[in-house]
Amino acid sequence: MGGFATVLLVIGINIVLAVSLTVVNGFTGQFSMGHGGFMAVGGYVAAMIVYYGSLRLWGSANFAGGFLSSASGDGAWLAGGDVLFVVACLAAGLAAAGAGYLVGLPSLRLKGDYLAIVTLGFGEIVRVVLQGTAPQIARSKADVVRETPVWKLATHLGGAQGFNLLPTYATLFWIYFAAVLTLIVVYRLKMSSSGRAFLSIREDEIASQAMGVNVTKYKVRAFVLSSFFAGVAGGLYAMYLGAINATDLGFQRSFEVIIMVVLGGMGSISGATLAAILLSILPEVLRAPPPVWPAGLALLVVMVIIQKVGISFGLTRGPADGIVLNIAISMRSLRRSWKFKPLVIVAGVTMALETARLVCLQQQIDIAQYRMVLYALMLIIMMIVRPEGLFGVREFWDYLPRRRAHSPSGPVAEASA
Amino acid sequence: MTQLLQTLVDGLTVGSLYALIALGYTMVYGILRFINFAHSDIFALGTHMTITIAAVLGVKAADAAVPAWYIGPAVLVLSMLSCGALGFVIERLAYRPLRNAPRLNVLITAIGVSLFLQNVGQLPMFFGPYPRAIPKLTPDVVLGTLADVNFRLVDAAVIGTAVMLMLALQYLVHSTRLGLAMRAVSFSHRNAALMGINVDRVISITFVIGSMLAAAAGFLYAVRYEGQAKQTADAMWVMLGLKAFVAAVVGGIGNLRGAMLGGLIIGLIEFFGVGYLSSNYRDAYVFAILIVVLLFKPEGILGRATMEKV
Repeated sequence: MGGFATVLLVIGINIVLAVSLTVVNGFTGQFSMGHGGFMAVGGYVAAMIVYYGSLRLWGSANFAGGFLSSASGDGAWLAGGDVLFVVACLAAGLAAAGAGYLVGLPSLRLKGDYLAIVTLGFGEIVRVVLQGTAPQIARSKADVVRETPVWKLATHLGGAQGFNLLPTYATLFWIYFAAVLTLIVVYRLKMSSSGRAFLSIREDEIASQAMGVNVTKYKVRAFVLSSFFAGVAGGLYAMYLGAINATDLGFQRSFEVIIMVVLGGMGSISGATLAAILLSILPEVLRAPPPVWPAGLALLVVMVIIQKVGISFGLTRGPADGIVLNIAISMRSLRRSWKFKPLVIVAGVTMALETARLVCLQQQIDIAQYRMVLYALMLIIMMIVRPEGLFGVREFWDYLPRRRAHSPSGPVAEASA
Repeated sequence: MTQLLQTLVDGLTVGSLYALIALGYTMVYGILRFINFAHSDIFALGTHMTITIAAVLGVKAADAAVPAWYIGPAVLVLSMLSCGALGFVIERLAYRPLRNAPRLNVLITAIGVSLFLQNVGQLPMFFGPYPRAIPKLTPDVVLGTLADVNFRLVDAAVIGTAVMLMLALQYLVHSTRLGLAMRAVSFSHRNAALMGINVDRVISITFVIGSMLAAAAGFLYAVRYEGQAKQTADAMWVMLGLKAFVAAVVGGIGNLRGAMLGGLIIGLIEFFGVGYLSSNYRDAYVFAILIVVLLFKPEGILGRATMEKV
């Protein structure tokens, strides 16, 4: 596993972050630049609870085992660590949500870029304050931790060195549990009346106000929910890394998440998920690019199959009145004409990338050096060529042939489709 | 008294740097309504161009000798010209294709340009991945002493150059036909176009002027912090840029005088906070002021409140 597992964990955390930011930036169309800050709030709260909590409870900050995490470690089932970890993550989410409420309530009354600027400022203040905290109490000093009152422990957060040597409870299971939970909550939210209110605010704030939507209330609601999941993601991040440092959670971190949301398409949950996956993998892939042609070929084959054989995807009402994605493969009549343009684009891009890779290998050019330059260039080109993002305001299944969807994703496109 | 005066001098010097950078942010925001995140990187490149051009003109950081008096201004002009050209190219290639795109896209593009500039600057063919030392461009002359505080030539040069550039900008914007066109475009692109103004050209010129001011700030930064070593992808540049942006917002975004006033206020607050409260929270003071100003006077100190049109 090794490196691959690490990338998988990072992807999971990034999905939680990107999907939660979609609620604010994508659904309500507000612009928050403080996601890193909320992540830091959550991460430090979770780190504090887990670290000092295990020192108080068990006298050591070692891995205390528990449900599922104990597969490789020792300790009883559901006895220790994981319960503490889950409680810590919930507390992290609540703390971040509280911070979101405090920041959101005054600033969401203002219009335009002010939320962006205030959240940016908030994120930086959180970073600076966390960096100014007292040093962490060492792992060996469990008795000192026991004697120190809780409010005093909250000031010992490691300062500029960061909060280190945390037990790593955030396994693949927990991270993807959180990711799936976030996806379900946000998806159901989008379908709910609150979600429709969010979308209406994005489309036209004044019109939705005229229709009786309490704009500030719904904006704050979206913001608090988004901060909650950012806090949970912060907790997961701290417990996956075994350390947390506010320096890594400044505005650069917020930018990364914003880029995922915009690249996926404003308000597209599947788009944000896909962008989170791609952007987590991309920097790793650019370190030593693998051959591109197998993936390109596979994509071509899939596209031909979808066009010629016909796979229909659709959303139908399931038994529990939920929406179920069903996939049916059927031979489609061959009357349908070829759509060559997407095929040519995929083939062309694959060939260009493969040629570039081979030339670099031949000329002994170290691509890793140009990694960030390429990343930035791709971002700029993507924004110019496809400003609406990967999926626009829709979800990916809206693009598949013969759908029977009734999703409120698109504003106007849906009505005509 | 000594500490008060020293803080005042430092705050005004750094504040005038913030003011110069803030002008670039506020001009772009006034015309295109987006936060140009790449501006702080132009500022960083201004410092790096200063180092490179000084080296080409024969001034190395290792030399102890003070260069001739004309070297400084020559470096200033050359680095302003090169960064102005860079600003033109960035606007033409990255921002112009997005003129009618949603503002968020332009913002992401700006972040992309910022990342691009930082990392291209790190490449060995440009400034390289290692920190480079800033050479000495002004002599160590003490102009006057008051209560044990030395007023050095460096401070006078920084404040003087900044004030001169700001006066030139004031003249340009308020007393020339080009300035009239810029104000018209910032009022309304459509109306300006109908009055026969070439909107694209005016926007280009705005970017060039903003970038030149950022380059000048980069030069003045090099003058003030001589002997320090910096690399292009240092978070410090972005932080300085952000503070300058805060200055623009505090002063009233879109308002040139506001940006100048905001720069000085932010510089003074930062140094008084560091001097009299605690240096740990250096960055927090600036952002705290930002939030306070936004809560009580969201349009900024000199900005005018705008009505949302239905």
